[in-house]
Amino acid sequence: MASSDEELVRRTAELARLSITPAEAAHLAPQFARILEHFKTLSDVDLEGVEPTTGAFGLRDVLRADEPRASLTQDEALANAPERIEDFYSVPKTIGGDA
Amino acid sequence: MTVRFGGQVDAVALRNALDAGTGTVKDVVEECLARIAERDGELHAFTRVEAECARARAAELDAKRASGAALGALFGVPVALKANLCWKGGIADCSSKLLANYAPPYDATVVRRLLDADAVIVGTTNMDEFAMGSSTENSAHGPTSNPWDTERTPGGSSGGSAVAVAGGMVPIALGSDTGGSVRQPAALCGVHGLKPTYGRVSRYGLIAFGSSLDAVSPFARTIRDVARVLEVISGACDRDSTCLPLPPFEAPQPADPSRLAGFRVGVPKQCFPAELDAGVRACVESALQQLERIGCELVPIELPHAELAIPTYYVVATAEASSNLARYDGVGFGVRAGSELGLQEMFAATREAGFGEEVKRRILLGTYVLSAGYQDEWYGRAQHARTKILGDYLQAFEEVDLVAGPTSPCTAFRLGEKTADPIAMYQTDLLTVPASLAGLPAISVPCGTSAGLPVGLQLVAPAQEDGRLLRAAQAFELATDHHRALPPMLLGAQA
Repeated sequence: MASSDEELVRRTAELARLSITPAEAAHLAPQFARILEHFKTLSDVDLEGVEPTTGAFGLRDVLRADEPRASLTQDEALANAPERIEDFYSVPKTIGGDA
Repeated sequence: MTVRFGGQVDAVALRNALDAGTGTVKDVVEECLARIAERDGELHAFTRVEAECARARAAELDAKRASGAALGALFGVPVALKANLCWKGGIADCSSKLLANYAPPYDATVVRRLLDADAVIVGTTNMDEFAMGSSTENSAHGPTSNPWDTERTPGGSSGGSAVAVAGGMVPIALGSDTGGSVRQPAALCGVHGLKPTYGRVSRYGLIAFGSSLDAVSPFARTIRDVARVLEVISGACDRDSTCLPLPPFEAPQPADPSRLAGFRVGVPKQCFPAELDAGVRACVESALQQLERIGCELVPIELPHAELAIPTYYVVATAEASSNLARYDGVGFGVRAGSELGLQEMFAATREAGFGEEVKRRILLGTYVLSAGYQDEWYGRAQHARTKILGDYLQAFEEVDLVAGPTSPCTAFRLGEKTADPIAMYQTDLLTVPASLAGLPAISVPCGTSAGLPVGLQLVAPAQEDGRLLRAAQAFELATDHHRALPPMLLGAQA
């Protein structure tokens, strides 16, 4: 029977759009649990009244003039697409199937 | 006379020799390609060598020189790029099966600036997949070896770029440093590796891992070269909204570059933990004494929240990675799996087939720490802890000009030694992640060897004091010979 750690890994994999195999879930689950256990120091520290840091040094709402400028052509933008039809990305059917 | 490099001539010297009319870019590029052909079979620093592209570029640059045009700051200098930097001439596959054959349709800002400075890009280098790892073993191309001992890893994730320089194949290379991915391999390979202040260098065209941490970062054998590369690649960029609106970096020109009179260097107790390798400790202590001899005052300091750095870093970086890597869905680029399935199943099948184990582990961790019910406990707390870590440095810099300590807790470890234990691998980032979380400029400089393996001294400066950092690193370099030490495999090739 799958452990609760395996269940957690499986559920998280679904959220992350990873179709991991049962063997992978079994392999990752104890590691996942150990890593989170190791990170528990974060729960022990007093962070009352501390502001969060999200990154960059106070740069906010960086804007530029709303003027068109040269960008990739459609062909350049589509050049790396695994599948395309004419000037479009092609994906599996999304309407009318079971997805 | 042929212009030679490979550990003897640095990039600036090479450029100046070419500018003075010595040799040709063609000679330089041919020698570079010959060195790669001779050594890279064993080292595996490169994922692709773009020989024809480099030769065409050399011809173009030789013609430019013949025309009498002014020559760029890196004229004729061969450069290697980590495989996560977009370059129209190459393949930026991030050492991932998922991005196999990804040919960027545009140049990263740093690549554009290298080319505008007349550099010659010779190829792309191996890395841990999507820059996730500390040993360059998590690569779809297989591992890179350390030139000091080919049974050992070069560190990572920018191990290929570190080895391209340490192995004497190119004078300079670019990597990316998110939590130490340039400084740690620089230390383990005996070269310089600079992570500039966050935002000093544009991230446009650097394939994202942890956006609030990622920094394009150079490797070189001399501080003069490090400074030259930073001068070329830094400065405002309107394609990266986190890039600081500053002019390009200018290296300081002190009256006496060999002295650091009045410099106060903070030595944090927390940078010398119990698990620090004894040989590393000895080298770094000796380096600190050297700093004292050139005029620095050593000041014992505290970074009280250092123990939070690893969990904070791995929560923040994996959270950002899980979001950044959501784009790999088999639609816009990359290798699709499960074409015959429905849309959602195709996404999941593509990601399952394309990502390696460490990338999956980090996407899972990042997804978990951002998921409903757990976000406050993990991602939220990590953001607050990040403020504490930054606060430690702000407090330290009230009393000192720089912070110094080891770059890595150990020297180069054996291939395979840590791959089965993710936590052991994460712990190797212990000493580099604090400056990453704080966005501060930090450099690893060679400071000796222990049992035949290089050791790095890490210096950290306040935000935007990249110049102060390089000034100190250069004074250290002038006072020592450590940066001249070559791996045994290169000693025979020196004549």
